[in-house]
Amino acid sequence: MEWESWSAFWQMGGAAPYVWGSYGVTLVLVALELVLVLRRRKDTAARLLRWRRAVGKDVGGPQARMESIE
Amino acid sequence: MKARNKRLLLVGGGVALLVAAVALVLSAFQQNLVFFHTPSEVVAGKAPVGRTFRIGGMVEAGSIKREADGLTVNFAITDTAKVIPVSYRGTLPDLFQEGKGAVVQGTLGPDGRFVASEVLAKHDENYMPVEAQYALDQAHEAARTVQQ
Amino acid sequence: MTISTTTPGRAAVRPPQGWLRFAAPQQFYPLAGQLAPWFAALAALLAAAGLYIGFFVAPTDFQQGEVYRVIFIHVPAAWMSMFIYLIMAFWSAVGLVMNTRLSFIVSQALAPTGAMFCFVALWTGALWGKPTWGAYWVWDARLTSQLLLLFLYFGFIALTRAIEDPRRADRAGAVLALVGAVNVPIIYFSVQWWNTLHQGASVSIAKAPSMATIMLVGMLLMALAAWMYSIAVALWRVRALILERERHTEWVGAVLEAEAKAAGGVR
Repeated sequence: MEWESWSAFWQMGGAAPYVWGSYGVTLVLVALELVLVLRRRKDTAARLLRWRRAVGKDVGGPQARMESIE
Repeated sequence: MKARNKRLLLVGGGVALLVAAVALVLSAFQQNLVFFHTPSEVVAGKAPVGRTFRIGGMVEAGSIKREADGLTVNFAITDTAKVIPVSYRGTLPDLFQEGKGAVVQGTLGPDGRFVASEVLAKHDENYMPVEAQYALDQAHEAARTVQQ
Repeated sequence: MTISTTTPGRAAVRPPQGWLRFAAPQQFYPLAGQLAPWFAALAALLAAAGLYIGFFVAPTDFQQGEVYRVIFIHVPAAWMSMFIYLIMAFWSAVGLVMNTRLSFIVSQALAPTGAMFCFVALWTGALWGKPTWGAYWVWDARLTSQLLLLFLYFGFIALTRAIEDPRRADRAGAVLALVGAVNVPIIYFSVQWWNTLHQGASVSIAKAPSMATIMLVGMLLMALAAWMYSIAVALWRVRALILERERHTEWVGAVLEAEAKAAGGVR
């Protein structure tokens, strides 16, 4: 073990704000990106489902198929 | 139509801001391509004397002298070929040490002494345990004794 | 991960075999959904190992003390930010030449993650610079070109989202990705080409690494974790983008209905 105690670990030899500031912000950003990216797909799916049901049969007709082939 | 205009305005504003930011960054980039001059360049007259510039090199071993006020530090910066004496008043970074790299910013006085307003430590890209450095020093010491 | 290319028109006539068929968004969507959790799990494992080594096995640095431990996050993030931009440029080029929709989608799915790593590299660099150099920020060539990369990411994201016609957005973004890619070698070689405050590379192909092995192992594990994380997040983001782009198609309709059914009712 590199550290004499947990408090020594958290103090990081006096560099605590710099080390934990780096790791903390990175952790928050990574967590935020994961939440956003997973929620985005769910939201998109829910929104598109509502939209398709609202437009009804028009979606998926010959016009839509043309667009999908492009 | 209105929403479209709003969107266009937003996009236009965003793009203008971004272009301005990029232009500023590029100008900073161009100005600082030469982040510092070496002592040899300064002695050869290649540094912009009369305005603020930076000198980079090693802090010469045994050159750090603190004045009585405890704040002013005198030291010499060298690229092993030429030496420039430096005065600085203020706090020094932790890694500022004799025999290590440093970058000083300031102006060159008529007496050839560089008056620094900022001192930065420039460390190298080596990372190793304390014990390894100790062993390395011992080995160098041993090699030197053998040579003598 | 091989995402190969074929013209969508022909794909409709004669479906390509093997890996090529995943160039079709319809095929890639479920594949991405299956692969992403595995990459995410690998990322978590590698990061756990890397952090353990970085904090509990790697010793104190002879020069910087404990603050050097920022390296386990700073260097992998900086590498990733440059590498992702190159991958985006690659898929943009493929998209422009082969006219494949999925290539553009992949390149757009990578951009936010690249921007995130670019910001992390700048942020951790600032927090590392203060106690070692004595300054959070200097305008040397390395730092300035890395800041430019962040603006290039922002520009790419803004451009592709601002243009309403997807095909024009794809092309405009692709051109920016290709032009901006010039900046990546400038960042990488800046410490060799010009006088910078930033030190040279500790790890490069040209020479033996100037790091103790255990420190290097921790850093490389974190770099691998960043790779796996980026792949997982990009795959998830690709799925959202595919749904959006293909919303008119029957297969998206079928997928959405099936998902809603599996989730237990309509929301």
